[in-house]
Amino acid sequence: MTRDRVLPAALGLGTFTAFILAAEALIRLGFVNRFIVPLPSQVAGAFARVVAEEHVVARFFMTAGEALVAGLLLTAVGISLGALLYRVALLRAACETWIAAMASAPIVLMYPLFLVIFGRSAWTIIMIGFMAGLPPVILKTIEGFAGTRQVLVNVGRSFNLTRGQQFVKILFPAALPTIFVGLRLGLIFALINIVGVEFLINFGGLGQLINDLAERYDLPGTYVAICFVILVSVVFFEVTGRIERWLRPAE
Amino acid sequence: MIANAAGKLPTVAPQTSESRALRAEGITKHYTTSEGTITAVDSVSLDVAPGEFLAVIGPSGCGKSTLFNIIGGLVDGYEGRVSVAGETVAGPHASIGMVFQEESTFPWRTVVENVAFPLEIARVSRAERLERARHFISLVGLEGFERRYPAELSGGMRQRVAIARTLAFEPKILLMDEPFAALDEQTRLLLGDKVLQIQQQLKQTTLLITHNITEAVQLADRILVMTYRPGRVKRFVKIDLPRPRSSEIVSSEAFGRYVAKIWSDLREEASRGMQDEETCKRQSGGDGA
Ligand SMILES: Nc1ncnc2c1ncn2[C@@H]1O[C@H](COP(=O)(O)OP(=O)(O)OP(=O)(O)O)[C@@H](O)[C@H]1O
Ligand SMILES: [Mg+2]
Repeated sequence: MTRDRVLPAALGLGTFTAFILAAEALIRLGFVNRFIVPLPSQVAGAFARVVAEEHVVARFFMTAGEALVAGLLLTAVGISLGALLYRVALLRAACETWIAAMASAPIVLMYPLFLVIFGRSAWTIIMIGFMAGLPPVILKTIEGFAGTRQVLVNVGRSFNLTRGQQFVKILFPAALPTIFVGLRLGLIFALINIVGVEFLINFGGLGQLINDLAERYDLPGTYVAICFVILVSVVFFEVTGRIERWLRPAE
Repeated sequence: MIANAAGKLPTVAPQTSESRALRAEGITKHYTTSEGTITAVDSVSLDVAPGEFLAVIGPSGCGKSTLFNIIGGLVDGYEGRVSVAGETVAGPHASIGMVFQEESTFPWRTVVENVAFPLEIARVSRAERLERARHFISLVGLEGFERRYPAELSGGMRQRVAIARTLAFEPKILLMDEPFAALDEQTRLLLGDKVLQIQQQLKQTTLLITHNITEAVQLADRILVMTYRPGRVKRFVKIDLPRPRSSEIVSSEAFGRYVAKIWSDLREEASRGMQDEETCKRQSGGDGA
């Protein structure tokens, strides 16, 4: 049991370390220009300075908070819309294609429109993140419901479940793993766009910091800020994983 | 709902003067496929008296599951009429419980939560429904596995969970579609005994679909033999073996005679089925599916 957990973790950490060491070596040997990519050791050395001087913790919570709000909106709105489209066949036939098309549209380029509507505020950032993450959540929710095995639906019907019970007790739990795939994808899209918009409109959390440090040509600092963005994403993955195991412990 | 199986007895008495607990009249069902219209079931009529055990036997593809789903109210668009205690039914009926042919446990629930499911829907208190679920779990021989998830069980064990779940519903009419197909012969016989015991105790009206002759003769009061494509009634065979029966009856001489009789009926149909499938394959040419 513990071995099953330790081994992947060790392998992951080992690969990561090897990658860092390789980067360090390539840069030191001059294969990669150190004025474009800083030495990993320099980046490590810059952590303390950036954390102390650039309010990284506050910025981390700002970006994470925006991602959290976007994530909650995605969960509430995305899953509801997905359920609605699953239920109303006409709506689904009408909308599914353009929702899929929306998934590949660079919504972040519409930021001026959002600025006009929400002002230069966290809401602009949250809404762009939310819009960007919406298509995968909707599409995966539909897929999850539609993929529920007919016999499970029939079991519910044979026990005289009401439509509501059928939904809560059978369709939803059956669709949950697929819905969570959608939520994770949605969160990834949301986070990318949130950091991107912070960068573009020079407002708020880690994205703005990346912009700042890059303009000051503080490359190690920029990479430190990027590490914190990755940390946000790791935290969200871990949290969604735990919620999923809590809701559906079988897997 | 009543706490134990025996307690249910008084409620099972027929509510009307109708002597048929379950009746299907002239059931015909067509399916439209890309290759044209298939008649899955053709004017099948059957009656099941209260407390009677009817087995339906027929070769694979003869429309048994279709008939099962129609009687259970899960399929519409058929001709004919299904009635429970004289009352025509459209859609699932509160006194019918079903065990499905396919794997039907809920993978996100443990064994005990699966079996307690119908009681949860009936709003039985948590403590009571868990206790009752345990009773049915031990009945199908799965004690010790209460907290496992279906993914951690074998196919036959999962099927037993599904059987226990429907038994926990304590339906007046029990429909089962090849419930023992995934089990080995020994387990099949022993579980057949258990189901028969409960059925006799609760005086449950039972319709069992099977393609196993031994199983049908072991359990049933009457057997309906179906023809292959379209599925029609070939014959009803009354099984006059003494009750209570146990699986030991399998080795008796009378049992052997019934098996031989039904086998001769079925052999014709089964070989027609095989020929039919071969011509199908030849016609559809080399697409190998
Ligand atoms: N949804 C469907 N659409 C089209 N054809 C169907 C459908 N369901 C069943 N059929 C056809 O109806 C016929 C009867 O199917 P059914 O599942 O009732 O057979 P069965 O007797 O239960 O077989 P088995 O013993 O293998 O379970 C088959 O020829 C099958 O191809
Ligand atoms: Mg079948």
